[in-house]
Amino acid sequence: MNVMDTRATSAMLYLDGVHVSFDGFHAINNLSLTLEPGEMRAIIGPNGAGKTTMMDIITGKTKPDEGTVLFDGVTDLTRLDETRIAELGIGRKFQKPTVFESQTVQDNLLLALNVDHSVKGTLFWRGNRAESERIEKVLEIIRLTDARNRLAGSLSHGQKQWLEIGMLLAQDPKLLLVDEPVAGMTDVETHLTAELLKEINKTHTVMVVEHDMTFVRELGVKVTCLHEGTVLAEGTIDQVSSNERVIEVYLGR
Amino acid sequence: MTPHMLTRSLDRGATIFLLVVATIGVLIPLSNLLLPSGSFLHVPTYLVALWGKYVCYAILALSIDLIWGYCGILSLGHGAFFALGGYAMGMYLMRQIGTRGVYGNPILPDFMVFLNYPKLPWYWHGFDMFWFAALMVIVVPGLLAFCFGWLAFRSRVTGVYLSIITQAMTYALLLGFFRNDFGFGGNNGLTDFKDILGFNVQADGTRATLFLLSCLALIIGFLICRAIVSSKLGKVLIAIRDAESRTRFLGYRVESYKLFVFTVSACMAGVAGALYVPQVGIINPSEFAPGNSIEAVIWVAVGGRGTLVGAALGAVVVNYAKTFFTSGVLAPYWLFMLGALFILVTLLLPKGIVGTFNSWWEPMRAKRVSGAAESAAAENGVSEPKMAE
Repeated sequence: MNVMDTRATSAMLYLDGVHVSFDGFHAINNLSLTLEPGEMRAIIGPNGAGKTTMMDIITGKTKPDEGTVLFDGVTDLTRLDETRIAELGIGRKFQKPTVFESQTVQDNLLLALNVDHSVKGTLFWRGNRAESERIEKVLEIIRLTDARNRLAGSLSHGQKQWLEIGMLLAQDPKLLLVDEPVAGMTDVETHLTAELLKEINKTHTVMVVEHDMTFVRELGVKVTCLHEGTVLAEGTIDQVSSNERVIEVYLGR
Repeated sequence: MTPHMLTRSLDRGATIFLLVVATIGVLIPLSNLLLPSGSFLHVPTYLVALWGKYVCYAILALSIDLIWGYCGILSLGHGAFFALGGYAMGMYLMRQIGTRGVYGNPILPDFMVFLNYPKLPWYWHGFDMFWFAALMVIVVPGLLAFCFGWLAFRSRVTGVYLSIITQAMTYALLLGFFRNDFGFGGNNGLTDFKDILGFNVQADGTRATLFLLSCLALIIGFLICRAIVSSKLGKVLIAIRDAESRTRFLGYRVESYKLFVFTVSACMAGVAGALYVPQVGIINPSEFAPGNSIEAVIWVAVGGRGTLVGAALGAVVVNYAKTFFTSGVLAPYWLFMLGALFILVTLLLPKGIVGTFNSWWEPMRAKRVSGAAESAAAENGVSEPKMAE
């Protein structure tokens, strides 16, 4: 059977009419958003706009009250749990860098590799060359080759952010959700991160949530501004940042 | 266990620990059996049984450390699996008494005759065969842990809530086993054992052999735990312990991992209980008491959580102290001392004896062999042992 026949949409990620409320608070309100394969999208918006909740919905942590969430045109993500969604190929970097602090940088990447994740597979696992080479490559990309045997907990904040991006690379998902990758980074690190994400975008679909407008501008991609759980504006960075409503609720005058 | 798993699991600390246990396991029985009772080095039989008990506790501690130290599952009901293994062995020993019981009934144990059981309850069948009882020692705790874990982990019950329901589980079993109509001898439990595999359980030779077997079980249990924690699965367990939801987002089915390690741990606790019963000569419902399970967790905390060697060491040290203090004038205050010990260890020695020793010793050794330091630090887990006692 041709998969294309059953696709409801050509989009990598398709959200339509999504609602979520927590105890009467409408965190996500009729949210509709489409991400094409190979696209990189920047999501901006004030605190509480529902950016992180949206990522929770996509990755299965939160179930929406109503609405459609389709991955790759065929899979209804609202029915699946986090593990299954990760297996399908959606990776996530958290707002607060979350690495396995008591394990080495190398082991963090090893754990992230998209190889057999079953109990039996990991119990009888023995490393192989292909895996080591992939880890080696990721270490190089995230510039942590020298820190490979250090405990992840001893890394600087920026390095942890990079390690987490490296874990995403090792996971090699079809879609990467990246929540505030440059929070707490220096200007140089921010610049390098933008370069890194652009590089990653050559082979992956990426969604980035970020407050840092310089960084968003540097990415040079389509921008979506969320406000009160719904899309306020969408377009190029110049279009969005000149939008009256966006200036009012987010950017300030 | 494949050869590469064995070599990977045997670092220096693990090897020294195994050598110490093996030496004790051989020397104590030999000294008891071969040396004359007047000799300075002679170990009297009561001490062999006492130390045998400690070794069984060490296995129980190991099983708790596997789930608590490496996967963050704090079970406050592990005594239940220990007691179930003990009861399975006790049932075999009861069936071996045969006509030598007070009532001389060839099939029914004394308490059943006394309570007017017309026939053997169905779940007692098969326990006259050692192989069946030995199987049940592993299967019954394992099955309970599997069912309990399946429900609890699938519903994502974690942290203190999980600890509380494990307490409830062991308490429910305590109440059940106290009942006479439950078919396990009520509050008296199972006792008055005569033989095990045809050997008198009271005889010096049997006690020495049981001690040796307990040490062997400790060695095997330790190797299994080391193989698990030094595999990639061990890294996943630590990942779950430190950041459970992150591990899920990487595509690991966390509940399967927890279920696996919880079941393995329960089976180990069952074996510990089964070796314990013939050495102490009785099993009764008090083994299910919630306090026992909490005490076992304290052994692990004292010895050093997440070190395996520390768990075994903690079990021996705390129980030796218990024997020492409860046989003197301080006896009524033992529980206060245990409580104080737990508070002091938590405050002053949060890594336990072995964990503290490691964090002091590792940098020293790293300095000495600075060349190999990088790779040594990369190895996760215990690298240096404590002297065993």
